[in-house]
This record gives sequence, C-alpha cells and structure tokens, in this order.
Amino acid sequence: MLKTLEYIGKYFLFLRKIFIKPQGGKMFRKLVMREIFDLGMSSVGLVSFISLFMGAVTAIQMAQNFQSADIPVPDYYISFATKVVLILEFSPTIISLILAGKVGSYIASSIGTMRVTEQIDALDVMGVNSSSFLVMPKIIASVLFNPILIMISIGMGILGGYMIGEVSHMWSKSDFIIGLQMPMANRLFVYTFIKTVCFAFVIATVPAYYGYHVEGGSLEVGRSSTSAVVWTSVIIIILNLVLTQTILS
Amino acid sequence: MIVVKDLHKSFEDKEVLKGIDTVFEAGKTNLIIGQSGSGKTVFMKCLTGLIIPTSGEILFNGKNSLNFTYNERRKLRSEIGTVFQGSALFDSMTVLENVRFPLEMFSNLSMKEMIKRSEEVLERVNLTPESFVKFPSEISGGMQKRVAIARAIVNNPKYLFADEPNSGLDPQTSMVIDQLLHELTVEYNTTTIINTHDMNSVMEIGETIVFLKNGYKEWSGNKTEILTAENESIIDFVYSSKLFTKLREVLLKEKNQSTK
Repeated sequence: MLKTLEYIGKYFLFLRKIFIKPQGGKMFRKLVMREIFDLGMSSVGLVSFISLFMGAVTAIQMAQNFQSADIPVPDYYISFATKVVLILEFSPTIISLILAGKVGSYIASSIGTMRVTEQIDALDVMGVNSSSFLVMPKIIASVLFNPILIMISIGMGILGGYMIGEVSHMWSKSDFIIGLQMPMANRLFVYTFIKTVCFAFVIATVPAYYGYHVEGGSLEVGRSSTSAVVWTSVIIIILNLVLTQTILS
Repeated sequence: MIVVKDLHKSFEDKEVLKGIDTVFEAGKTNLIIGQSGSGKTVFMKCLTGLIIPTSGEILFNGKNSLNFTYNERRKLRSEIGTVFQGSALFDSMTVLENVRFPLEMFSNLSMKEMIKRSEEVLERVNLTPESFVKFPSEISGGMQKRVAIARAIVNNPKYLFADEPNSGLDPQTSMVIDQLLHELTVEYNTTTIINTHDMNSVMEIGETIVFLKNGYKEWSGNKTEILTAENESIIDFVYSSKLFTKLREVLLKEKNQSTK
C-alpha cells in the first residue's frame, strides 16, 4: 500500500516537472508534429480496422437481441443502439485500451531506451528539462489527436454496421439510416469527449512515467513497458467508472 | 578551473565518495582513473550536476555550483559539454541534427548559421560530409564518439567532460579520440575532465591525474609521475599488464642511474 502511494506521489511530482514553459520553441513544435504522426496518424489504420469489424459485430448482436425479443422492437433501433454503444463506450473506452497497448508500449520503451542509453542524461547535462521536453509533445499529440481517432472509430463502426446490414439483409437500409438520425442528448457527446481527453492524457503520461524511471538495461525496459501497459489499462478502466458516475448520474 | 572540496556522496547507507579534494585546471586534460566501483562515474555525475552530492563544494571558477539558483545552474549547463560512455546520440536524429541540437535549444543563430557551425565542428573532428546525413545506427562506434565530441564542443563549452570515451573502441581509434580531446582542450582552453581506466589514455594525455580508490582520492600527479609512483594501489592498478611492469623496471633503472 505504501509502495503504491509512493508511486502515485512520484507520478504527480513527475507531472509537475512536465508542465513548465517549453524550451527550444522551433524544436518543440517539430517534436509535437512528429509525435502526432507516431502516436496518432500511425494508429488510424488499426483503429479503423478494429472499429469496422466491431461495429458490424455490435449491429448483428443488436439485431439478434431485438428481433428475437418478446416485445417487438422496430429495426431502426438496431442502428440507434449500435451508434449509442459506439459513441458511449466502444470507441472512447475500448479503443483507448487498444491505444494503451500500442501507443503505451511505444512511449514506455522509447523513453526507457533513452534512459538506459544515457540520452536523457545528455539532455539534462545540456540544461534541457528532459521530462518536459520528451513528454509534453506526447501529451499534446495524444490529447489533440485521440479525439480525432475516436471520431474515426465511431464513423468506421457505423460504416461496419451499415455494410453488414447490406450483406446480410438482416435489416433494411432505410431503417438503419432512420436509427442513425435519431437524436442523442448533447451531454452524452460531452461525456464521450471528456472521457477521450482524460484517457489520452493517461495514455501519454503513465507509460512516460514508467519509461522515464527505468533503471538497468534492456530487460528492465521490457518490464517497464509491460507494467506501463497494464497500469494504463487499469487506470483507464477505473477512470471510466469514476467519470461515468460523475458525469452521467 | 574546477575546485572540489571535501566531496561526499552516499546512497542510503553506502558512502561512495568519501571526502574528495582536488583541482582540475583549465586548458589541460585532467584524468580521473581507478578500478571499476571506485566511484569515478559517481564523481563525474556530481561534477556534471546529474547527481547532487551529500556534502562538499564544487567550485566552477570560484563559485560553488551546489548553491546555484535555477538560472545560474542552467547557465552553467550551457557552458558544459559532455561525451557519454555510450555516446548518447539521439537515435531519431541524423549526425548533423545531433550536433545542431544544442544550438537549436540555446542559441539565437539562424538555421543557416547553425548548420555552418555544426558542419565546422564535424569537420574539426574529422568527419566527412557523407556521414552528416546518416543516423547514429548507421555509423561506427568511433564515428559515434566523434559526433558526441562534436556535439559537446559545438557551443564552445568552458568545461568538457568525457566518461570513458574509449570504451568499446580499438586501440588505434582510442588514440585518435584521445588526441582529439587533447587538441580541443588546448584549442578551446577548456577544463577537460576524462574518466577512464585505459592506461594508454593515461600515458597519452594525462596532464593531471586523480586516482580514486574505494571513494577516496588515493593519489594525484601526472603521466610521468604515475610510472614511478611508490603508492601500492597505483602500482597494482598501473602495472596490471606485463608490458607496463617491464616499462616500470626500465624507468626505475633509468631513474636510479640518473640519481647516481
């Protein structure tokens, strides 16, 4: 328990070191652009692929449940329910968990390798605030680009649902479109956006914390990368409940 | 000039540096030598500010760096160039970008001027323009060390630190690196401190030598004095190879003859 509290304390001290005025403006902007590519753009393919199939599966499951229900449920609720599931839970949470694995391990291992090869020491000796210089661009990239990734995910999920309907003829095209046009409360979109931004922050900072504090060699870098992914996922799951309870209830 | 007074460093219960007093002069290559575990790296990290000593003073031109404010520390760091044991070049940058990095972070030069200055120092460390666009993983260990040296001197540092600059290099390349560090020290009048356990380096460029043992300063002198030193620890360290044992015998013989 004390150890966990120590880690939490160290994490917040680490965050305090990150949030200072960035040094080397031009270089910093260049780094932000590179991180947007490394953390965001490079995940577009994976997110699209997963969302397309998950959207299709969700739509089929909705159709199965609604069409076999004792009380008749109109077919347009299939796409409406799919859309709600994608917006509220699947895209912000499940995609964030997937990104925690993909991006989290990349962040932890890249910063960890910089630590064990003395590149972080080199930055410190030069007078560069290494934690801010390395992590701040990742936070900016993640917080800016993850909402875009989530929007892509929602769009691809809906497309997946639409396409499987066209192939399987389990529901009509017009019902699907009517369901998509059914309104959702605005606060649900706000809830999704807040979740996405919070998860993006966790995805950028927790693995960075693990990578930054690696001691040893390549084995420790691997271990820290694994711990980073596990703890990022755990924090996302807990935070999901906390945010849902706070915003929706 | 760097003056170290009664420097101590402990990690929990373990005291690694046990009261070191020494002076590192400007325009000279100052060597810190000692066996593995003697405290060389911790000492070097204390000097570069990567580790905060438990007690003592480190005076950079008369001012104790341990009492520096944040801005004073930043200014001091901009005057320090460091060559790390593993070169510590940034993997994601080319050779030229690595060398340009300190200028981009701390100078007000235009991009054209920065490139010109970076190319100048790269040429000074005898690297050819073809290598400027390569990434660190695409060049040899010796070339990586030269790039690290170029990066360390690009900002005209007052203090140059090198942590085992010859580790992993063949004897010939090691000698070239040693000579380069020595030439740059004279050329830029830097206070150069090199951490090494390579006897070839000691004999080549050891103008001032500090020998550490178990966290204490056991001996200090220069490359001529070290060969005839009477200190047992230094004899064990220096004459661990047969070649140097032979050399000591010859030198002592010459010394005795000259005194007669």
